Amino acid sequence: MSAITLKVNGVAHALDLDPTTPLLYALSDDLEMRGPKFGCGLGQCGACTVIVKGQAIRSCITPVKSVEGADITTLEGLGTVEKPHPLQQAFIDESAAQCGFCVNGVIMTAKAFLDKNPKATDAEIEQALSTVLCRCFTHVRMHRAIQKYAKAVAK
Amino acid sequence: MRNMTLAARAELSRRGFLKTSGALIVGFSVAGEFAEAQFGNAPVTGSPPPNQVDSWIAIGADGSVTAYSGKEELGQGISTAQAQLVAEELSVPFHRVKLIYCDTAFTPDQAYTSGSQSHPANFNHGNLAQAGATAREALFRMASQHFGLPVEQLTASDGVISLKSDPSKKVTYAQLVGGKKFNLALDPNAKRKDPKEWTVLGKPIPSPDLPAIATGRFEYVHNVRVPGMLHGKVVRPPAVGATVMSVDESSVKDVPGLVKIVVRKNFVGVVAEKPWQAIQAANKLKVTWTPGAGLPAQAEFYNHVRTLPKRDAFLVDSGDVEKKLGEAAAVVKATYLHPYQMHGSVGSSCAVADVQSDKATLWSPTQGVWYQKSTVAMILGLKPENVRVIFRRGSGCYGLNGADTVTYDAAILSQAVGKPVRVQLMRKDEMAWENFGPVFVMDERAGLDAQGNIVAWDHEAWTPGLGNRPGTSSPGNVVTGFLAGFEPDPFAPRSPAPAPTAFNNNSNGVPSYLAGRVGGAAKGTGSVTGERVLVHNVLSPFWTGPLRSPARLQNTFAHESFMDELAAHAKADPVEYRLRHLSHPRVRDAVMAAAKAANWKSRPSPINATPANRRTGVATGRGLACVAYEGDNGYAAMVVEVEVDQDTGKIAVKRIVVSTDAGPISNPDGLRNQMEGGALQGMSRALGEEVTWDDQKVTSFDWRTYHSLPLGFAIPKVETVLINRPDEEATGAGETTITIIAPAIGNAIFDATGARLRQIPFTPERVKAALAARA
Repeated sequence: MSAITLKVNGVAHALDLDPTTPLLYALSDDLEMRGPKFGCGLGQCGACTVIVKGQAIRSCITPVKSVEGADITTLEGLGTVEKPHPLQQAFIDESAAQCGFCVNGVIMTAKAFLDKNPKATDAEIEQALSTVLCRCFTHVRMHRAIQKYAKAVAK
Repeated sequence: MRNMTLAARAELSRRGFLKTSGALIVGFSVAGEFAEAQFGNAPVTGSPPPNQVDSWIAIGADGSVTAYSGKEELGQGISTAQAQLVAEELSVPFHRVKLIYCDTAFTPDQAYTSGSQSHPANFNHGNLAQAGATAREALFRMASQHFGLPVEQLTASDGVISLKSDPSKKVTYAQLVGGKKFNLALDPNAKRKDPKEWTVLGKPIPSPDLPAIATGRFEYVHNVRVPGMLHGKVVRPPAVGATVMSVDESSVKDVPGLVKIVVRKNFVGVVAEKPWQAIQAANKLKVTWTPGAGLPAQAEFYNHVRTLPKRDAFLVDSGDVEKKLGEAAAVVKATYLHPYQMHGSVGSSCAVADVQSDKATLWSPTQGVWYQKSTVAMILGLKPENVRVIFRRGSGCYGLNGADTVTYDAAILSQAVGKPVRVQLMRKDEMAWENFGPVFVMDERAGLDAQGNIVAWDHEAWTPGLGNRPGTSSPGNVVTGFLAGFEPDPFAPRSPAPAPTAFNNNSNGVPSYLAGRVGGAAKGTGSVTGERVLVHNVLSPFWTGPLRSPARLQNTFAHESFMDELAAHAKADPVEYRLRHLSHPRVRDAVMAAAKAANWKSRPSPINATPANRRTGVATGRGLACVAYEGDNGYAAMVVEVEVDQDTGKIAVKRIVVSTDAGPISNPDGLRNQMEGGALQGMSRALGEEVTWDDQKVTSFDWRTYHSLPLGFAIPKVETVLINRPDEEATGAGETTITIIAPAIGNAIFDATGARLRQIPFTPERVKAALAARA
């Protein structure tokens, strides 16, 4: 165990962790955050995605030591129930969820991609989501929500 | 009589088909017969009586409405629709209704939330809907007394009853009954709101959970935290049938935070202070196992299942099928193959258990809290009345995923350490050991007369099963219960099958085109009177259980593909040919609605039936399939347009047009969401999903080895056509569209190329093989 400081959504947290601990467990268990989720633990599905230095990363395979001191943004950091981020609002407006478990990975992956590529085409957005899974297959609505947001961003 | 069918079915599902039918012996998963309805579902004691209004509805002193339901939210949208129902019947705004579901301490026992039964169970003649109607009439009677005027002169709105003649004279529900009980039995004659008057039901109200989900505030079972909670992980056997020989506890003595190694027969698990510690301990723990039992070769499995001891059942047998086939102008035969597939929830299953010396509380994503209550009690040696199971939403399950088994894992580990334990399965622990949707091997034969009309249809299916939902008393039906020492329900071979005594098409074993004559009456949805459907249940080497549209999907793949083959043989348009043999107006309407919306042009398939057609490059085609789900629990039809790359064998689905009739539409956007998701999930199952194994173990255990379509695939245009039936019974809607997409795709491939796909999934290799096999 060692002292590790994680900066999550602008707040620094001093934690006592095994430095090999994947970031996801620090976020969901030590900090009790509900945005990033354990889907596969293998970096294959996207449910655990957070944004670090502008990049969407899979927190389930990222050791905490490697992101110490970096700005980490989770789904909670984008917006709140009362004041959602426009991309979150698009998901709400389009009812773009069924069970909703994958929504974290979809929104965080799309957010990081569109931040860097605000004029991305629909095909490029699809490509960016090529390793994110939604097993309810709410794909139609999710893409509609992302495209709606992307169009607003591109303006 | 139609009105009784679904209500009666919901009641059967509640009470357990076995206990009421007497037609089956207890036990083995008869997936081909009644996959969802045949558990030993005797009501578990301790739940509020379902015949009392107070079990379902409470009006608070502040006028708030709390509704209690035994049907839970799994992502299918039923919680929103149920709150709409209560708001509608009570004439209160939607947001004033708080819905509490599936807590064994509070809510009525409504058995499983499964099998497309929630809409019929709670929106027709009993249960939640009738409680709402009864409560509304009671409120009117109280208001009538309050004003000294007959109820006819009163009107209700926004939780207030007022005089029609003078709206300023009013009394609120809170004043009438707030904080008090109704003390009233459900009145079967209480009048439901007429759908024409609906202001809340029938509207596309979004799920109130969405803002919390989209912003990362929603509490899934994965987020349940209990003071003093520890973290558990399981160590599953390395091979199917392997048993524990020894456990070397010294192998993990250096893992920090380790609390305990737990071994119970062949169940092995670890408990640690933190999840990462538990994962490391589970990975490092040295367990010596016996060799596995050995698995039949996958390449030969479809032939292998035909050779196994079998339990036979006829769903229909007119007795003259062989004679009619012998007299037919032509006989067409085909065999269809469906693999094991998995639920593959995106979040692996999780549960939290707090087991103390004589009582237990569990937070579980199970579809059946009451059955968890009784079977967890069995596993822990506790009295069922001392076990409380609280549903918390998990990742979408689509049937019996790892939810039940992980609840047992948490219960066993918590009991062993005497502290609350949270278990989240690792991906492989879930995917290699869940209760798969089973294999089906299906032989179809039909006889046609000189005009191409079907005169006889023979369907014979083999399907392997092992375990199932645990029901009240079979924890060994899922892997953890079995490893801990409980047996799965026994398998009792039986052959030949007895003659059918009642028509039941719950499994869609009987094609929609058959008359369904059993015991004199014709209860099918078609016109073909030469009919035989024989199902052989055999033992599976893997756990099996209900996966969205269990048996219905596999049977319908065969029936709807084969119907297309018959239409092609008769050189008939596939829509016209279906309508020629369908008698039920609702499935006919669904077919016509989908065809119309897709601008279907009448012609036989394939599109270029001449030998000069192109054999390379991209070919396009359209296909249709339809279903009367479970015979009478929802009606749907789908047109799919595909592009087939004849050089690579790749299929691109370009457009899906799907119609659905689920009775009166409770929430049109919720229905569309289910139709869209069902269609695309079915597309993933049709194109890529297949459980694989070697001679010892399952080898599809993550997303590299089990192939689900990701969000990034080229999504087809999905168009939904809703057929509203305000005067009919509410039916299921969550499993209809997934049931028909595989045959619709296969039929479209045939239309485009003349190649017939008869094995799921339609991988590029199989498509290329079918293309090469063309005449």
